[in-house]
Amino acid sequence: MQSTSYSLENIRKDFPVLARKVRDEKDLVYLDNAATTQKPIHVIDAISDYYKNHNSNIHRAVHALAEESTEAFEAVRDKIAKFLNIKDRQEIIFVRGTTEAINLVSYSWGRENVKKGDIVVTTEYEHHSNIVPWQLLAQEVGAEIKYIDIDENGELILEQLDDHLATGKVKLVAVSHVSNVLGTITDVNRIITKCKDAGAKILIDGAQAVPHMKVDIDSLDCDFYAFSGHKMLGPTGVGILWAKKEHLEKMQPFHGGGDMIREVHKYETTWNDLPYKFEAGTPNIADVIGFAAAIDYLSNIGMDNVRAHEIELTAYALEKMKNVKGLTIYGPKDPQKASGVISFNFNDVHPHDVATIIDKNGVAIRSGHHCAQVLMEKLNVAATNRASFYIYTTKEEVDVLINSLEDVARVFKL
Amino acid sequence: MSADPIYTEMIIEYSRNPSNFGKIDEPHIHRHDSNPLCGDSIDLYINIDENKVSNVKFDGKGCAICMACTSVLTEMIQGKTLDEVKNFQKDELLGELGLEHLIKTSPVRIKCALLSLKALKHGIYTFFVEKMNDTESAGNLKEEASSLY
Repeated sequence: MQSTSYSLENIRKDFPVLARKVRDEKDLVYLDNAATTQKPIHVIDAISDYYKNHNSNIHRAVHALAEESTEAFEAVRDKIAKFLNIKDRQEIIFVRGTTEAINLVSYSWGRENVKKGDIVVTTEYEHHSNIVPWQLLAQEVGAEIKYIDIDENGELILEQLDDHLATGKVKLVAVSHVSNVLGTITDVNRIITKCKDAGAKILIDGAQAVPHMKVDIDSLDCDFYAFSGHKMLGPTGVGILWAKKEHLEKMQPFHGGGDMIREVHKYETTWNDLPYKFEAGTPNIADVIGFAAAIDYLSNIGMDNVRAHEIELTAYALEKMKNVKGLTIYGPKDPQKASGVISFNFNDVHPHDVATIIDKNGVAIRSGHHCAQVLMEKLNVAATNRASFYIYTTKEEVDVLINSLEDVARVFKL
Repeated sequence: MSADPIYTEMIIEYSRNPSNFGKIDEPHIHRHDSNPLCGDSIDLYINIDENKVSNVKFDGKGCAICMACTSVLTEMIQGKTLDEVKNFQKDELLGELGLEHLIKTSPVRIKCALLSLKALKHGIYTFFVEKMNDTESAGNLKEEASSLY
């Protein structure tokens, strides 16, 4: 490993689950990190400490525990602001995950700003969470969805965006920063420039980007950015929506309820300040606090080191996979252009059969359509296998994956 | 590697050469079903003559378990009376391929194994209700299909 601060061996010791055995005493080889990552003991301890020592509802009561909990919860907002270079903490909304963040924008911003005949642009490699909310919106208001297709390398054909924008009807471009299936890193800067020139707003689904590379929201200068904590060492049930204040101020609330109000009367209500206007009800306090430990953990390693480790592993895996007969790899073959995700098919064996067979060796990969059926249609496959790496993944684990494919070949008599 | 409890010779063989693979034009029963979790997707086509299954075909994409089970299902119901098909049980299907253990060992893969049976039960239900106008015979087939997994 390149930097002394990044000792793979020490990192692995911080993740209790990596020490366990699965399927008849096999070492766990966890390669399903694009779905969710494992949690370091720091995160587990932070959640446990919160419940053991501080648990209280936040923002309202004046007693000691409530003060401590509120302070700890709000400190996470500041931590996120620093981690992603967000200038205004009021622009950070806690939600359940990326899916909820995008639905919030679709509901609260979309219904005000997207009208009949308008266009929402998305891409062929989106997760369902960045397609379905726009379909719901389009159906409701009579808008249209247009796609940016991908080329044979799994990269977006950005000229198509120009064509869409030229219609003058595009209100929003919703695109993932990194594809969850292909790992392709989207040229978001170029997209943002194009959108600004055309007066279209831009939402970025950063669920697969923030965990894997340095993201600077201030210099990106998009309109909305969404991501999830559980794909970056944090607990499930914590997501972040960042949006420009000028939008948040004009947007109607998503959910009504406690904490999001200033005054409630029998027939009318005024809204609380940002960000609370969008945080109705008791939030996921413990997990938000746990998420802070995840950010600390990643910050200590350094996002540049995280990225460098993934590039090294992906390059290693792609090189080894070249020699495996019958392996089809989807997406960029250049590790610089992708995050640590490799989607593949092995001969004509269905991915579920591949995954079941190699699971016996303790190898956990994802098989299926990865909530990206539009992309599966494009690739003309029912499903793919997906191996995805993270900070604790080793080259030896990549070897186990590749060697396990021999078992698949044997069972299927290839 | 010891003998695999799932990927037996028979399963592999059926997945390579599925039985009754194809389509029936304008069938009496057509049912599409898919597993949203894994991408198995099949279409089941059945013709009924004189209250018996006179022809049955399927097409689609799926894993080896799904392909094998659907193949066996089509073989097993060929020539059966509607009543027999109606009462066809998952144990018979799984037993034919030695996959009874999946019910306990793999709640995920059991869905691949029973997708075709689910399609069959739904298809027969629709046939009774829509083509025969006979809700009594249709009975609780719909609920049965939904409760398979």
